[in-house]
Amino acid sequence: MRKSNNEKLTSQAIVSRRTLLVGGLQAGLIGVLGARMHYLQVQESDQFRFLAEENRIKISLIPPARGQVFDRTGRPLAQNVQSYRVTITREDTDDIEETIARLGQLITLDPALVAEARLELEKRRGDTQVTIAEKITWEELTRVAANAPALPGIEPQVALSRHYPLGPDFTHVIGYVGPVSDYDLSRIENPDPLLNLPRFQIGKTGLEAREEEELRGSAGTMRLEVNASGREVRELGRKEGKPGADIQLTIDHMLQNYVQARLGSESAAAVVIDCESGDLLAIGSSPAFDPNLFVNGISVSDYNGLIEDDHRPLVSKSVQGTYPPGSTFKMVTALAALEAGIVTAEDSFRCKGHLEVYSQKFGCWKRSGHGNVSLVQALRESCDVYFYELALETGIEKISEMARRLGIGERHDIPMSAVAQGLAPTKEWKREVKGEDWVIGDSVNASIGQGFVLASPLQLAVMTARLATGREVTPRLIKTIDGVEQPSGAGAPMGLNENHLRQIRRGMYEVINHSRGTARGSRILSKEHQMAGKTGTSQVISRRVKCDEVPWRQRDHALFVNFAPYDNPRIAVSVVVEHGCGGSSTAAPIARDITLQALYGDDPPLSEYPTRDHGRIKAQQRKLREMRPPVSGEEPERA
Amino acid sequence: MSYLEYNAKYVPTGPRKLLYLNWPLALLLIAVASIGFLMLYSVANGNLSRWAEPQMKRFGLGFFAMIFVAMVPIWFWRNISAVAYGISLILLLSVEFFGEVGMGAQRWINLGFMRLQPSELMKITLVMLLAAYYDWLPLKKISHPVWVAIPVALILLPTVLVLSQPDLGTAILLLTGGGALMFMAGVHWAYFAAVIAAGVGLVAAVFQSRGTSWQMLKDYQYRRIDTFLDPSADPLNAGYHITQSKIALGSGGWTGRGFMQGTQSRLNFLPEKHTDFIFTTLSEEFGFIGAITLLVLYALIVIFCIVSAMNNANRYGSLLTLGIAMAFFLFFSVNMAMVMGLIPVVGVPLPLVSYGGSAMLVLMVAFGLVQSAHVHKPR
Repeated sequence: MRKSNNEKLTSQAIVSRRTLLVGGLQAGLIGVLGARMHYLQVQESDQFRFLAEENRIKISLIPPARGQVFDRTGRPLAQNVQSYRVTITREDTDDIEETIARLGQLITLDPALVAEARLELEKRRGDTQVTIAEKITWEELTRVAANAPALPGIEPQVALSRHYPLGPDFTHVIGYVGPVSDYDLSRIENPDPLLNLPRFQIGKTGLEAREEEELRGSAGTMRLEVNASGREVRELGRKEGKPGADIQLTIDHMLQNYVQARLGSESAAAVVIDCESGDLLAIGSSPAFDPNLFVNGISVSDYNGLIEDDHRPLVSKSVQGTYPPGSTFKMVTALAALEAGIVTAEDSFRCKGHLEVYSQKFGCWKRSGHGNVSLVQALRESCDVYFYELALETGIEKISEMARRLGIGERHDIPMSAVAQGLAPTKEWKREVKGEDWVIGDSVNASIGQGFVLASPLQLAVMTARLATGREVTPRLIKTIDGVEQPSGAGAPMGLNENHLRQIRRGMYEVINHSRGTARGSRILSKEHQMAGKTGTSQVISRRVKCDEVPWRQRDHALFVNFAPYDNPRIAVSVVVEHGCGGSSTAAPIARDITLQALYGDDPPLSEYPTRDHGRIKAQQRKLREMRPPVSGEEPERA
Repeated sequence: MSYLEYNAKYVPTGPRKLLYLNWPLALLLIAVASIGFLMLYSVANGNLSRWAEPQMKRFGLGFFAMIFVAMVPIWFWRNISAVAYGISLILLLSVEFFGEVGMGAQRWINLGFMRLQPSELMKITLVMLLAAYYDWLPLKKISHPVWVAIPVALILLPTVLVLSQPDLGTAILLLTGGGALMFMAGVHWAYFAAVIAAGVGLVAAVFQSRGTSWQMLKDYQYRRIDTFLDPSADPLNAGYHITQSKIALGSGGWTGRGFMQGTQSRLNFLPEKHTDFIFTTLSEEFGFIGAITLLVLYALIVIFCIVSAMNNANRYGSLLTLGIAMAFFLFFSVNMAMVMGLIPVVGVPLPLVSYGGSAMLVLMVAFGLVQSAHVHKPR
């Protein structure tokens, strides 16, 4: 087909015209593209650069090393040990089963943990590190590391975990740590971001929980470059955090160990306090348990065993347990009466085995009666009637006030879990809490530490220390935090009449060292160590048969408080044996042994004991020595 | 235009034809492709063999294909235009039945040695056929409704097939490219005004139909539109691509973050960084200067084509060159507009730069046609 020249020219003209139009449109669109580039890359560049940085950089927390806990001699009680584990990452592993099988040839794998790991590998993102072996030894770890090329996706990891070298001895004081629970988080107003780290551990009970803030330290930060899937590519920089503060306790680990060993399997508590400074030298509670079990995750059967034990090993009885103080309360009643000027030490009352108050009969423990008794004799022989008479004349308000001055019914807030307040009852208290009026019989009961009065072993020890020194000794558990000495608990003089105190102490002295004293069997022979104390037996329920003939739960609590040496008080001790029947028979010997151990700093010579006890004491010392912790430094390295 | 007519003028023959190639255009193509190699090397984190090397081989192959096509007289290509279009259409149809599904769409035919995307082929053969049609059609019939209906049918047939794959991007390119060629051939402007008006109405209908029983697009296509309209509404899922893409572009600044230093691409924040989104990596690493350089190179390619077409008295050669230039313009401008967040995300690669075999080959063959028209134009 031919076209005329004319037509060809016309068509060319149209094409040219239209082409220019389209070309112009194209130029315009290119202009728009260029303008958009300029807008994004030049005008808005800063904002996008910031967003790109935000994309790429992840701030990651570095958990601080938890503060360690030492005893007063510097022995570590809670420390951080390296724990080794092995993790597996799915996206780096070619064949998970093959890799696990190969790993199993190198180290022994826990089938339960492996099964759990398999589940997690399926569930979680491909780049999650899943733990496949825990608590392995250093040798096992190096074996895994050496074989790394054959184990794609397997990574040996080193982490710090909490370890309590002396285990059960300090479990009630220091408590233990555990992973953060949702409940923990819900209780905290503004949680530290650290708490959200996986496997981060916080104090759950005891000192670990109470001093959490000091022990935790503050997190460091690490700037990481991450890719789109959140996987770390490299570290860009880090700011170190502050490790937790080390805490030194006032407790002596040797004495604490002795106290725990001496209490043995009894459901009992004992407190040793330094009269001079208020330093708590030992706070024992038995039975105890190994806190390390909780750190590593306790098994259900172990836990049920602890829960179901009727001796309640989980309870820290020395500060949480409150007991009717029984006759150990008699010093309070006596001092209240003396200070009120109602009686003098020389005034005597007649004990005929019971006292009749408004036709109600209140018996003395000695049915035949003590005859005429004055203060020292009444304490020595623990005559109940004497104190009934004092209570009737002094009144409950003055007695309770004296109790609180001596530390009973006052919460000594040492950093342990659930420190009990105890109770020094008043008329007002009974109306408010019980909704009943105070009756005279309540005062009579309170005078001998029965009825409503409640005290913890800690409070009894503090009371004894205050009686021994006349100063307001307050217990101190922490000696230093991060090397800084904490305030002493020596306390100021309480303004009590020294003569009254001397009479009370004399009475306490005779309890042990007088031929008719109730705790004569537990005396210390050497003059410079002689102790002064008071027995107590508090009724759990009223009964007419002998104590050891009823079930354990119904038996009386045995109590004993003492200070020593009598001439120059250095320590005060309280011992409570739950359902131990007699203060003099059960609690006093324990207190005596603990006192001697504390004064000597080691096993005392047998010459301190009456000759007829030597054989028994020797055997006991040998047995308890076996339970001593290894000398510091000799402890084997733990994985 | 017959062979005799050409004989009347001077037309180079034999190896001499090489001297008459549009060499500036060829050099521009090499320059753009080289930028592509550089970027493919970079997005592979310095791995040459991953993308850059295969791409170089394909470009080399494509370059020889271009020379070969250029050596063949243009009237040969004109005479087989209809056949080429027919083959493309058959291939496009066969994708419907034998095609492999990739990225939610049927697009490829596996030929054994390569995976062919018939829609790529169709972009060129449609231009060939339309150019041949208007070369054949006497000028005075050009705006007659019947003679307008024929090319419209020729455009719509493949468009519908492509749309059903579904490949919205290519469908739009076919429609726009074909339409533009008709416009440049001289069809009366009133038709285009009517089509634009109808198009606006269609868009309205598309949005109206959403969620009804006669919904016109697939859900993911609607989502892409939503994403475009408001990328921040869903920045981690559907809007993720475009948000990250803009961050990469923007963070480049004037001079970029340096070769292989782009954090967005290196850390995998960018989607399909070696194909459709490769422009973002270029912009991130070489900044505004790098991006505008590529844009200028592209514009120069189009300009060289247009200049060649305007100086070509042969109507087929001229229209073919213009049509291919238009298609090329649409490729890069749609891709750039997409990654810069100006239009919704449609799957259009960046020509000569994005990693991809059949697109590269087809494009080089198309430029071979442009070169052939240039070599064999009446002088």
